[in-house]
Amino acid sequence: MNVVRIGAGAGFAGDRRDAAMPVVKALAQAEGLRFLIYETLAERTLAASQLARQRDGAVGYNPALAHFLRPVLRDCLDTGIRIVGNFGAANPRAAGQRIVQLAEELGCRLRVGIVEGDDLSGVLSPQDFAAREIDGRLLAAAPPVIAANAYLGAEPIAQALAQGADVVVTGRVADSALALGPLLHAFGWTRDDLDRLAGGTLAGHLLECGAQVTGGYFADPGIKDVPGLAEVGYPILEIAADGSFVVTKPEGTGGRVDRLTVTEQTLYEIHDPAAYLAPDVVLDITDVTIEEVGADRVRVHGARGKRRPDHLKATVCIDGGVLGEAEISYAGPNAAARAKLAADIIRERLARRAPDLQIRVDAIGLVSILGDSKGAALADAWVEGAADVRLRFAAQDKDAGKVEWLLDEVEALYCAGPAGGAGVRRRLVPRLASASCLIERALVAPTVSIIGPSG
Amino acid sequence: MTQRRIPLRMVATARSGDKGNRLNIALVCRDPAHYPEIARQVTAARVAELFTSRRPTAVVRYDLPKLSAFNFVLDDVLEGGVNASLGLDGHGKSLSFLLLTLELRCTEELPELPKQKSADGGNDEKNSAGSGHGCVDALSER
Repeated sequence: MNVVRIGAGAGFAGDRRDAAMPVVKALAQAEGLRFLIYETLAERTLAASQLARQRDGAVGYNPALAHFLRPVLRDCLDTGIRIVGNFGAANPRAAGQRIVQLAEELGCRLRVGIVEGDDLSGVLSPQDFAAREIDGRLLAAAPPVIAANAYLGAEPIAQALAQGADVVVTGRVADSALALGPLLHAFGWTRDDLDRLAGGTLAGHLLECGAQVTGGYFADPGIKDVPGLAEVGYPILEIAADGSFVVTKPEGTGGRVDRLTVTEQTLYEIHDPAAYLAPDVVLDITDVTIEEVGADRVRVHGARGKRRPDHLKATVCIDGGVLGEAEISYAGPNAAARAKLAADIIRERLARRAPDLQIRVDAIGLVSILGDSKGAALADAWVEGAADVRLRFAAQDKDAGKVEWLLDEVEALYCAGPAGGAGVRRRLVPRLASASCLIERALVAPTVSIIGPSG
Repeated sequence: MTQRRIPLRMVATARSGDKGNRLNIALVCRDPAHYPEIARQVTAARVAELFTSRRPTAVVRYDLPKLSAFNFVLDDVLEGGVNASLGLDGHGKSLSFLLLTLELRCTEELPELPKQKSADGGNDEKNSAGSGHGCVDALSER
């Protein structure tokens, strides 16, 4: 049997809208079964979507789906490229309806497969989640649950494809399942094909972050350069029936596919390389071989699988209060000393007015990213001095008023703080805290349905 | 005799990933021949020391000789992670570059780099010093 080709159209919700176009062009010219996958569902996105759906039952899916699909949907339908994406977020059905409508706008007709059943918010109580929390702390007091979603596996996606879906839209599924689903469908792999499932899961793992395997998240000028990064090509994998595959990218695009880019991404977000837990298999990459077999072509084989876990992982989101951030700049002679004085003033005033509010201070230009919330790194850094420092204050609390007090105090530095304070910006956003739970498979019932043009 | 040193970033590449409050950093040898020497020098204990300010509760190094790579897993270093940290980088995406600040001792198995410089002919020591790459004299840094 020929290889199955799977391309990535997006690796996260904020990804480039036109990234899929060269991928679709390349897939359209290839033989055999071809799929395009989109991973656009971060943890935070899902909880925010759940809140949106509670306000309006017609929304709660990823509104960017139209931006992603509009440039390529017609070409995919015309050339038989099938699409799988987790655009559904908290409302896969509404997302499916939006895709049907989008196709009509483009003058085409299609069938959309909808995968549901990941939403556990109406299935289990806060106490049930608390009892199933991994390293249980956050849910111990059984707070109200904003969103709770299990990571579904590849099987419902394969079922939707078997039922003739041109596009499959899901809510929360394991990211790698977006690719494994099409492979189950194409090759007819079963639950016993452990090494093949492992290969397909690794394929999905390498696709799910888009350009991160083709030269994105890699360039370090002069040390490891990437040609044409502004037009980096998103990945296409050519997967064989034995689960091995070649990673490549569309001709004429930027980026690079070689041992280093593929190896870095193979280990991305992996903990124990012998036991990467996915819903369909436990992936072991310790015996994997990654070899360059041509220009921008890397062959990956040797993934091994162990039987799938008994439980499914679920992410549970609860109210995390609010996060407040405020910034102010100091520049020119003695800037660091003025910035330090400003930071000391804020700490002193808040210590009296909101003594239990933990405040983080960063000095962008001195130490910010590599600092720590307790401020030990910054305390050592002031003496280094700097001619251009942007102070950043951050705090979070259940009590928005307390956090706003911090923001007000930073703003007041304009007139009442050290000389030359400039450029105050402030922002207050709701925060969601998330916990991970292990859920018995019997409690999770994925469903598949197909919708098409009405009438 | 001066102990000569080479920055880790000249012989390896690194990539961070996160899961909650746990960070992993993949470290990949540019030249597979350097794997044993990097394994000897970039120990879990040394990485834990480098990340002291983030107070890791555990640091584990997984070895992947077939990939000429290592996977470092650091527990509880993300100040709560992306949904809880007060910092700008709750994902820890930038922390791979903290790992790459480590310096290695030059040895027979880990000689001066980069190789292409020595191909120009002439003295390796001069080339690497002039380019700012490869081995640097540890004393000159202090």
